[in-house]
Amino acid sequence: MAVGARTLPSPRRARRGLGRHVYTLMILPAVVTILLIIAYPLVYTLWMAVHEYSMGAAGPPPFIGLANYRQLLANQRFLEAIPRTFLFTAIGVLGPTVLGTVAALVFARPFPGRGLLRTVFSLPMMATPVSVALIWQMMFHPQLGILNYLLSLVGIGPQPWIFSRTSALPSLALVETWQWTPFVMLIVLGGLAALPTEPYEAARIDGASRWQVIRYVTIPLVWPYIMVAIILRAIDALKTFDIIYVMTQGGPGTASETLNIFLYLQAFAFFNIGFASAVVVVYFLILMVMSVGLMITRQKTSWQ
Amino acid sequence: MAVTARRLGSRVAFAGFLFLLMAPTLFFFYWMISLSLKTDVDNLANPPVLIPHSLTLKNYVYVFQSSPLPRFAVNSIVVGVGSTALALLLGVPAGYGIARSRRYGLALLILVARITPALSYLIPWFLLFQQLGLSNTYYALIISHLIIGLPLVMWIMMGFFEGVHPDLEDAALIDGCSRFGSFLRVALPLTRPGIVVSGILAFIFSWNNLIFAVVLAGPRLQTLPVAVFNVMSFEQINWGPLAAAALLITAPVLLLTLLVQRHIVASLAAGGLKG
Repeated sequence: MAVGARTLPSPRRARRGLGRHVYTLMILPAVVTILLIIAYPLVYTLWMAVHEYSMGAAGPPPFIGLANYRQLLANQRFLEAIPRTFLFTAIGVLGPTVLGTVAALVFARPFPGRGLLRTVFSLPMMATPVSVALIWQMMFHPQLGILNYLLSLVGIGPQPWIFSRTSALPSLALVETWQWTPFVMLIVLGGLAALPTEPYEAARIDGASRWQVIRYVTIPLVWPYIMVAIILRAIDALKTFDIIYVMTQGGPGTASETLNIFLYLQAFAFFNIGFASAVVVVYFLILMVMSVGLMITRQKTSWQ
Repeated sequence: MAVTARRLGSRVAFAGFLFLLMAPTLFFFYWMISLSLKTDVDNLANPPVLIPHSLTLKNYVYVFQSSPLPRFAVNSIVVGVGSTALALLLGVPAGYGIARSRRYGLALLILVARITPALSYLIPWFLLFQQLGLSNTYYALIISHLIIGLPLVMWIMMGFFEGVHPDLEDAALIDGCSRFGSFLRVALPLTRPGIVVSGILAFIFSWNNLIFAVVLAGPRLQTLPVAVFNVMSFEQINWGPLAAAALLITAPVLLLTLLVQRHIVASLAAGGLKG
């Protein structure tokens, strides 16, 4: 990809003015901005997490050391939110990855109307999440929803979807899958377009069936792209907020309360700022460890 | 003869498979449009009315009459355009600088921004904006939405500028052009598609964002998603107007997607989409 990745040489006549420092000056404003809006909050969060910080309290917040973290480790809601978040993430990664890869294989074949259908297929990931959640909520309605009606047509009884403790989380993960399958499809499709043709010719000469070609040639070749999709999907699924917040707000009870929803409620419904900051730190660490872990896995597996 | 029959069979199977693949997406959007155009009676009928016999625009009229939708739309546009303009202004030169000076360590910063959950910025920002007297202003919203747009623009533009061969710029430099001049006159025009795509994507993700405005915007500055979300609780089962509102706020995004769809794949291949 890096056709032009080498640096510009310095022709003698261009050696006037600022020279290569121009690049630094061009980068600086953006980097300072990002540092201000990212690094500052992170540092401030670390500080708040060791103080008893709540909204509206007079005077400087007292230093309480690791008390917020200790409280966190004893918090039942928090401890339950962690495996719940991972379950949601697992479905939200697996579903789109499998379906998205299948879709990419389909859209890699030429057929009439392919461009238009591919665009329509990619609309769910671009649509406004609030709108998506709103319509799914109507479709999930136990009595009047279209989904239970469609199920009844094929002889399946009504489901409680997002309205029962056991099915709320999987139902939300279903919406997540619907929304983000195109994301995986687009990444894998990009990979398929960049594949070399020689292995295919070799496979054809060897008389491989279409399924064998997919299984033993295509999938291994696009695996690095699938891994990229898995990494990005895992990061995003761990952070899913909008659809859960709009459809269930973590309910019924706490049945769909993921870490992000738990964090939101602590910070902006109960205003336990210090405690919420400790949640942020732990949540951030989980995300970092998982991202780095996945990236190392990718380094090891990519290009065999 | 047998060969053509088999080929026909495999084509039919492929078409059927394609239909299965498309069905959830097609049905969702069909149902959204259908809910917004049906009467209350049809929307609440059991069994549901799949193909309505009469259509009405009453739901759309109701949405405009019952809520100051245009005002919320202005909020969304101001915040979206403002944050996108800033993201391009800062992010395009930065993407160029990183690509040309090969300081890829800085890309790590973008990655961290991509990984960090939005909520973890929100608590400190919320407090800071309050102390600065900026809470409930466009500034607070635009700055917060910059966290979505800026890393996105930098990342995409980095990829596009890498694709511009340095030889093209060498020629400009030898002709006496300054480095910044060669950025303006050579690299920038060549990467116009990248600027358009990253700008539109930054705008879309700003437009779609719910959480920043939920926390940082008061009633007057609500963006469209917040406004619709707030109406939800009052309009429990009033599906027609809700579906109409849902369609109205997402329609601009879907139209923009149709405009840039050709370039989305290229940008995606270059890295991470979504804020």
